[in-house]
Amino acid sequence: MTAVLEVRDLQVRFSTPDGEVSAVNGVSFDVNESECVGIVGESGSGKSQLFMAVMGLLAKNGRALGSAKYRGTELVGMPVRDLNKIRGNKLAMIFQDSMTSLTPHLRIGRQMTEVLIEHQGMSEADARIRALDMLNLVRIPEAARRLTQYPHELSGGMRQRIMIAMALLCEPDMLIADEPTTALDVTVQAQILDLMADLKRATKAAIVLITHDLGTVAGLCDKVQVMYGGRFMETGDVRQIFYNPQHPYTRGLLSSMPRLTEDRQETLYAIPGQPPNLQRLPAGCPFQERCTFVHQRCIDELPLLQQAGPGQFKACHLASLDVPVDDPNRAAIPAGELPPVIPHTATGDARTA
Amino acid sequence: MTAELLRVEDLKVHFPIRTGGILFGEYTPLKAVDGVSFSLKEGETLGIVGESGCGKSTLGRALLQLIKPTDGKVVFLGNEVSSMAGEQLRAQRQHMQIVFQDPLASLNPRMTVGDIIGEPLTVFFPKLSTAERKAKVRDMMAKVGLLPQMINRYPHEFSGGQCQRIGIARAMILNPKMVVCDEPVSALDVSIQAQIINLLMELQQDLGLSLLFISHDLSIVRHVSHRVMVLYLGKVMEIADRDSIYAQPLHPYTQALISAVPIPDPDLEKNKQRIVLGGDLPSPMNPPSGCVFRTRCPRATGVCAETVPVLEEKAPGHRVACHHWGVPEQKLV
Repeated sequence: MTAVLEVRDLQVRFSTPDGEVSAVNGVSFDVNESECVGIVGESGSGKSQLFMAVMGLLAKNGRALGSAKYRGTELVGMPVRDLNKIRGNKLAMIFQDSMTSLTPHLRIGRQMTEVLIEHQGMSEADARIRALDMLNLVRIPEAARRLTQYPHELSGGMRQRIMIAMALLCEPDMLIADEPTTALDVTVQAQILDLMADLKRATKAAIVLITHDLGTVAGLCDKVQVMYGGRFMETGDVRQIFYNPQHPYTRGLLSSMPRLTEDRQETLYAIPGQPPNLQRLPAGCPFQERCTFVHQRCIDELPLLQQAGPGQFKACHLASLDVPVDDPNRAAIPAGELPPVIPHTATGDARTA
Repeated sequence: MTAELLRVEDLKVHFPIRTGGILFGEYTPLKAVDGVSFSLKEGETLGIVGESGCGKSTLGRALLQLIKPTDGKVVFLGNEVSSMAGEQLRAQRQHMQIVFQDPLASLNPRMTVGDIIGEPLTVFFPKLSTAERKAKVRDMMAKVGLLPQMINRYPHEFSGGQCQRIGIARAMILNPKMVVCDEPVSALDVSIQAQIINLLMELQQDLGLSLLFISHDLSIVRHVSHRVMVLYLGKVMEIADRDSIYAQPLHPYTQALISAVPIPDPDLEKNKQRIVLGGDLPSPMNPPSGCVFRTRCPRATGVCAETVPVLEEKAPGHRVACHHWGVPEQKLV
């Protein structure tokens, strides 16, 4: 497998009147060809800013450090002129809010053909034909008429399809989808997820899905990276992350979601506390204040990603989550507040905790 | 959980929308809520689900008379609140409260937390001394999981989850009988949602109140509700007990909604056959004739375009408005 994107120790900082905010604190990973990677995290976990930095789209007060290479070419610090030859062409991005991501005063046709004329030097007539094909591919009804319409004339689901079509026009190597279905209703979300699953089968492009919704990740992704406080907490194969999570945060997140497939519980498990303040991240593990397994080492020393299984990595000092309650290293917490063991339906890899 | 607290009969909320010229234009009614009837028992949670634009928030507000209904009756504790006004209505409001979706926007940024939570007390119990009021506010803050010493802080000093706790404290301080929760967790982070849901359910147990839980998230609604009502374009499609509606949904729309929920389980989710509805929600200005759902319904036939299906009891306590109701043809989750 060839890596499309190689990220090494990437950091993103924003200077604000209240001091410097560290949104991303040194992450390293690869995205390979035809692979779908899910980046899971809450708001403020740095999941979006990580890819904004890769695309050179950080706000003016933000800067990226470290390295992000697209097929060997360094993207961090690349001049805008060179960057524009790659992004939109080889690297494409879909945003959450399709209304603000499309230009309101330009017709859909103009917005779509612009990409092809700019990047591939097509004639306007050829570009129109290609745009029309792409609209049909994303299953937009009456595609020819859509080209002459303005964004406000279309529904949210339709606009999101157009965003996807636009991103695919130049047959990108990598498609970054930032919360592509969050603003949509469930039934329309189902349409878009189906479409993305079809695209995944049909194209060779790598897909990065940035989301807080573990349900969409489960359906689409091959690999998952869980972010918290600007760092990766756990990375691995989608089945490992869902059926055998090794990090207390991953396990807490999975336990706190009510599921239609499980018997109804009387009370939900809830991760205590609040997400961290990125201006004042603690010295040790960013999750320490909310972790039920916290002990002295977590406060003193930042845990680095370490192997937790074949292809699975976790940033946690604990050797295993099955720590006996009377472990002297563990902070005193009531046993009843431990996150429950994840129920699972998969065969094999049964947990016994 | 026996006595009836709230009864809603054929409630309609129509907004006039100008569709013609500027001077002598015509008005077309936008039927946000169109003939909704249901009842709510003491201590019960009724979940209201539907997509955006189906009228679920408008319904919640119309029940509290925050929007005057166009037609129909809202009977709360035996009093017809929909025909009340002024002082009489205000007296009833002590018993019916609301928690809004956006935690920060629903709190006045220039008031301290103590003033926000205590304001209902100043309105309804003006004779209370400042010290008594503060004591009650502190009690309530402790109950919703806020540190009582934060009483003099301002909303911007709190996170989203904490702001939602303030909003809940404000709604609960008068010991209401009914609280409308309008998407109370959808603006919150995943790790905070469970905290707020547990808080609401605990308070309901302690205070014995009834909840109307408006949400688009079917997994959460299943967790909190005793009964569930499904709305589409301002009309009730199906209403039933929680277990019956999730195990055996009879309306094709409910079936599609349930099957569309992504399940956080890779093996199940990757192999699931979703019922995918085509198209989008039609404009409520110009709803389809007959059954409003027919334009997206996989079972629609000629009769659906001609006759409006009536909401009828098809199984004990399970009412459905569909000509072709029936159990799903496939496994939904």
